[in-house]
Amino acid sequence: MNPDYLDFEQPIAEIEAKINELRYVGDADSVHIAEEIGALEQKSVKLTENIFSKLNAWQISQLARHPSRPYTQDYIENLMTDFHELHGDRAYADDAAIIGGVARYHDKPVMVIGHQKGRDVKERVRRNYGMPRPEGYRKALRLMRLAEQFAMPVITFIDTAGAYPGVGAEERGQSEAIAKNLQVMSGLGVPIIAIVVGEGGSGGALALGVSDHTMMLQYSTYSVISPEGCATILWKSADKASTAAEALGITSQTLLELELVDEVVPEPLGGSHRNPEELFKTLDKSIQMALDRLATMDIETVKEKRYKRLMSYGRFEG
Amino acid sequence: MSWFEKLIPARIRTDAGEKRKVPEGLWHNCASCNSVLYRAELERNLNVCPKCEYHIPIYGRERLGLFLDQDGPQVEIAPDVKPVDVLKFKDTTKYKDRLSAAQKKTDENDALIVMQAEVMKVPLVAAAFDFKFMGGSMGAVVGEKFVRAVDVCIKHRIPLVTFAASGGARMQEALFSLMQMAKTSASIERLRKEKIPFISILTHPTTGGVSASFAMLGDVILAEPRALIGFAGPKVIEQTVRETLPEGFQRSEFLLEHGAIDRIVDRREMRTEVATMLSIFQNLPPVSTEAASIDDVIVPAPDEMPLDMTVEIEVDPDIDFEADAEEKPEAE
Repeated sequence: MNPDYLDFEQPIAEIEAKINELRYVGDADSVHIAEEIGALEQKSVKLTENIFSKLNAWQISQLARHPSRPYTQDYIENLMTDFHELHGDRAYADDAAIIGGVARYHDKPVMVIGHQKGRDVKERVRRNYGMPRPEGYRKALRLMRLAEQFAMPVITFIDTAGAYPGVGAEERGQSEAIAKNLQVMSGLGVPIIAIVVGEGGSGGALALGVSDHTMMLQYSTYSVISPEGCATILWKSADKASTAAEALGITSQTLLELELVDEVVPEPLGGSHRNPEELFKTLDKSIQMALDRLATMDIETVKEKRYKRLMSYGRFEG
Repeated sequence: MSWFEKLIPARIRTDAGEKRKVPEGLWHNCASCNSVLYRAELERNLNVCPKCEYHIPIYGRERLGLFLDQDGPQVEIAPDVKPVDVLKFKDTTKYKDRLSAAQKKTDENDALIVMQAEVMKVPLVAAAFDFKFMGGSMGAVVGEKFVRAVDVCIKHRIPLVTFAASGGARMQEALFSLMQMAKTSASIERLRKEKIPFISILTHPTTGGVSASFAMLGDVILAEPRALIGFAGPKVIEQTVRETLPEGFQRSEFLLEHGAIDRIVDRREMRTEVATMLSIFQNLPPVSTEAASIDDVIVPAPDEMPLDMTVEIEVDPDIDFEADAEEKPEAE
């Protein structure tokens, strides 16, 4: 089994393996082999299209967690220039699970903040697998206030399994840190764009997610609880994660239909990690459009709309 | 019936089975010290165990009944807001059926009750969670009623007091419930800008999405003694860090020590505490604290029973007294 491919992608992995094999053994000039590779490549694309046209919620949540998926740092490197990472909450520590700083986006100053998972084991441990502690949220809050002070739009990248459920995190006020971000972001005096790029895990995600324009990448997820957590509580079995994922409606398409997010950014065939360059181009256009639109309004109007939007969440009778 | 029993006049005679029956709810086992308490006496003490000061969890309408002036004006806010099952959510049970069951059990439409009333003549809006309604979980109705409570506060320029008791966001409403965290927090931001005081009172238990939103945003945060308060539940933390949690972790006293809350307040002092503090924040004349806390709360008279009716008997130590309070938290 090829670990770069998920369970449901294994048939694609097999074809890709064959292609690689032919490339390796074959004489590049041989017309016959070139033809065969071409045919296999076509077959691979068709198969991928087919598999990806009917992904279920559980498969999408696996894609959202794919270890090769671009992370916040990749977005910053590819979409921004002059990024200066700013560290620390000025009270306790610097939480590497959230990164942030000033940068230029198409030459204009912005504040960019996002969850950061790690690539290798060492980095993952250092970044606590992208699960922030209170100091991470407090650093984000400090940066958002700084953005307000200097009139820079805030762009956030959301990618976390959730806020870290640890002893120290509780001691230092995880709840308060998240709550404060929600409160301050709701009234922040600069436009905010939030992009769910991978996992949008519960309060730990929302604490960077109050915005004027919320986007989700096609294969990202956004949920009140992880499918596994929900399955454990409601079905009394983590094995029901796939059923829970479906019931929770965590996919971009469902959440767009429910009007809980504003825009779904299409991903390249096979997911962002198969062709990050293509994704960056698509996302770049979406961010620019959103920023341009927000720039035409005065900030009081932006805030008023944000507030009305927040008040509109939820359906009920009476 | 034996010949001997036949000798006893009928009006004295009782069946053996009947003899053992104690009227339900007359006695209460204290979850903390195991004392058996006479319920009427306990209620007179606002459900605080007279032996060990354990605060037996009380919720919703009962909570507000003990907190608000009973001889003052009382208007319920948004009583008719009802939940709808937008997602047709179904786990082992349909959400719709869970809702009906909870409504039947509690006689409430959802988990938050809001009143415009007075405490020791200080006008305010008070909201209390009913933990018995699906673990006090926060869905669209709780969020909406909360916002309407804030609207009334702003309209009349009166303070907000909330009693939290919740497992967190309501999973059955999926992302809609997560968004209630943002909705309620945004409305607290509005209250802040209007310079209207908000006292958040944390009671057992306050966790998850409720603690990580408005409950931790009080201008002043109070807690009842020994309440469980935290972001993640102790079980989740234990599984994550793989160690046994220290005694008293995530209890009110722990939060006070770590600077997360302002004060721990005995339930019997809560009315005085809140009313006097609010009058300071709003620069109102000092509140009269005569006959303050317990005595002006109307509770059923303990019909002709002697005052100290607490009896100590042996009880099964394995009974999970907190089962009711810890019943299914609805979210992480």
